[in-house]
Amino acid sequence: MYRSHVLVCGGTGCTSSNSQKIIEALEREIAANDLTEEVKVVKTGCFGLCALGPIMIVYPEGCFYSRVQEEDIPEIVSEHLLKGRIVTRLLYDETVGKDEIKALNETDFYKKQVRVALRNCGVINPESLDEYIAMDGYQALAKCLTEYTPEQVIQVITDSGLRGRGGGGFPTGRKWALCAPNKAPQKYVVCNADEGDPGAFMDRSVLEGDPHCLVEAMAIAGYAIGATKGFVYVRAEYPIAVKRLQIAIDEAREAGLLGKDIFGSGFDFDMEIRLGAGAFVCGEETALMTSIEGNRGEPRPRPPYPAVKGLFGCPTVENNVETFANIPQIILKGAEWFASMGTEKSKGTKVFALGGKIKHTGLVEIPMGTTLREIVEEIGGGIPNGKKFKAAQTGGPSGGCIPASLIDTQIDYDNLIAMGCMMGSGGLIVMDEDTCMVDIAKFFLEFTVDESCGKCTPCRVGTKRLLEKLDKITKGNGTLEDIDELEALCHYIKENSLCGLGQTAPNPVLSTLKFFRDEYVAHVVDKKCPAGVCKSLLHYEIVADKCKGCTACARVCPVGAISGTVKNPHSIDVNACIKCGACMEKCRFGAIVKK
Amino acid sequence: MKTIAELQAIRDKAREKMAVREGDSDNIRVIVGMATCGIAAGARPVLNAFVDEVAKRHLNNVTVTQTGCIGMCQFEPIVEVLVPGKEKVTYGKVTPEKVAKIITDHLVNGSPVAEYTVGNLMK
Repeated sequence: MYRSHVLVCGGTGCTSSNSQKIIEALEREIAANDLTEEVKVVKTGCFGLCALGPIMIVYPEGCFYSRVQEEDIPEIVSEHLLKGRIVTRLLYDETVGKDEIKALNETDFYKKQVRVALRNCGVINPESLDEYIAMDGYQALAKCLTEYTPEQVIQVITDSGLRGRGGGGFPTGRKWALCAPNKAPQKYVVCNADEGDPGAFMDRSVLEGDPHCLVEAMAIAGYAIGATKGFVYVRAEYPIAVKRLQIAIDEAREAGLLGKDIFGSGFDFDMEIRLGAGAFVCGEETALMTSIEGNRGEPRPRPPYPAVKGLFGCPTVENNVETFANIPQIILKGAEWFASMGTEKSKGTKVFALGGKIKHTGLVEIPMGTTLREIVEEIGGGIPNGKKFKAAQTGGPSGGCIPASLIDTQIDYDNLIAMGCMMGSGGLIVMDEDTCMVDIAKFFLEFTVDESCGKCTPCRVGTKRLLEKLDKITKGNGTLEDIDELEALCHYIKENSLCGLGQTAPNPVLSTLKFFRDEYVAHVVDKKCPAGVCKSLLHYEIVADKCKGCTACARVCPVGAISGTVKNPHSIDVNACIKCGACMEKCRFGAIVKK
Repeated sequence: MKTIAELQAIRDKAREKMAVREGDSDNIRVIVGMATCGIAAGARPVLNAFVDEVAKRHLNNVTVTQTGCIGMCQFEPIVEVLVPGKEKVTYGKVTPEKVAKIITDHLVNGSPVAEYTVGNLMK
């Protein structure tokens, strides 16, 4: 029996900040202090607070150590694990109150979170079936197989109001109900784990932190629609997720939780992993299935819908990882419990990946209907360096932005669509006053131009033309007619593209045009970039009155564009200047300005 | 896996092993002094005896943890028992042999073992 458990985050975020080394050092120090029999080290999935990684929690005290370095380990072991003296300098500062240590779930970051899909992430060892079972794992599958008919399972999911978490928000229960009655010798359950939106990583977190949850949910879906085979399509860029999911599938098979006659019910189900090669379009459901079949990942027209004719021409249900992660809890706790959270048409919770100009970057799971203000200011800890909030981008390259004036909007599927945004998979990029909205639109268009598969013309050619126009505007060569043409082309691409990629690709342009048209106009008419981002539209100047002639700028300039003699004001040759900004950073007198 | 009973059995066993991670504030807390003085006086076997005994008796409402030196080094190993709503009881010169009695009398039946307390040792 271990008297203490040390949980170390083994998610991708913390792994890249060296948590593996920390685990090795811990094991070494624990052995050196002869504590191997007393203290257990557990490698978990992501805790969500990635900004503070590598993260470690020590039980029974529940101490939350953040930004732990390998050099800190001997101190943690000899002080805390051996002598019980908490190493306060490493504690997450928000947990340190007056004379007491606050529990993690009382901190601003965790207080408002309700963890359903992420409930086991950072709590259990994802490579241990026993630990998943200890958290009521596979109880939901057992309940379905022994107490419910397939129709009843679908009814529970329908009543819960769960909608697809991958982007579109189609009701999951209805999707299953459309597939279930279709008779076929073979049916499939497919999990879309091809998480491609830049900045979104909730699916990875579930796969890395709680892979058995997905295995269980897919088996439940298989039972509900009458499928015996499942595929998980996961991107090869997620090696830790792939490895842990494979371990989970093997463990489940070994324990008889996959395979023939599960729980003596006569129901057979098995599953396998297929790796994606990184094309964004393969996150689109028909392209994903084409890719699993071994063909080039290109979408196909619907109808026929996958529920009728999907993978290998058989009836198929495809859901996203986060959608599946909700299923076992809905079965165990009931549809009413799930439907009690959220707004009228968006039930339950949603995971958001907070990124950009925000203090607490990481993963948060909150009830639908939480306002953007709560997410940014309370959970996210606000904008660093005292800057002002300008907008938040949701839904990645398919989504749009929410401006500061709408910060009190409740976030759910329908409110976002009303604003010209979309939920997408839940990436939430926060932007401050230093962000140029035209530049942001251009950034996302560059991404979609790269990722357009080329099958249909509106998307292949249209997005390219959009990007050219945006480029022209950011270079200061645009006209007011360009803005109108840009808008018209956006609508054309939306209406005529074959799949979701093209239909949503113009969204970043349309939504920035809607809320920040004045910035476009400033680029075109005044030839100015208000945020000071677009290089072609700005130049650096030295204010002669403030310049002391210290020569620091001249020495740091990589192209020798600054001239002047010691103790006399310097000047910048605007033709030679490459606008790197190095001089401005270096100047101690604030004598260099960007115009 | 063919029956739900099998699943329940695995769950119950695994849960016990993970009980240490439930930071329930309503728990009875057993705190063992594990500073250099405590360790020198033999606190580690005492700590482990508590952990093992608590596990053996399935006492889910008990958290065993350590602390540093509280300044009465001559009485180490010192063990404090905090039952919510009751006054703290401090035991001194605890040995692994005394652990079973502290658990039975104090943690289970609610009556502190007066003869092991620091107050009694100081008489």
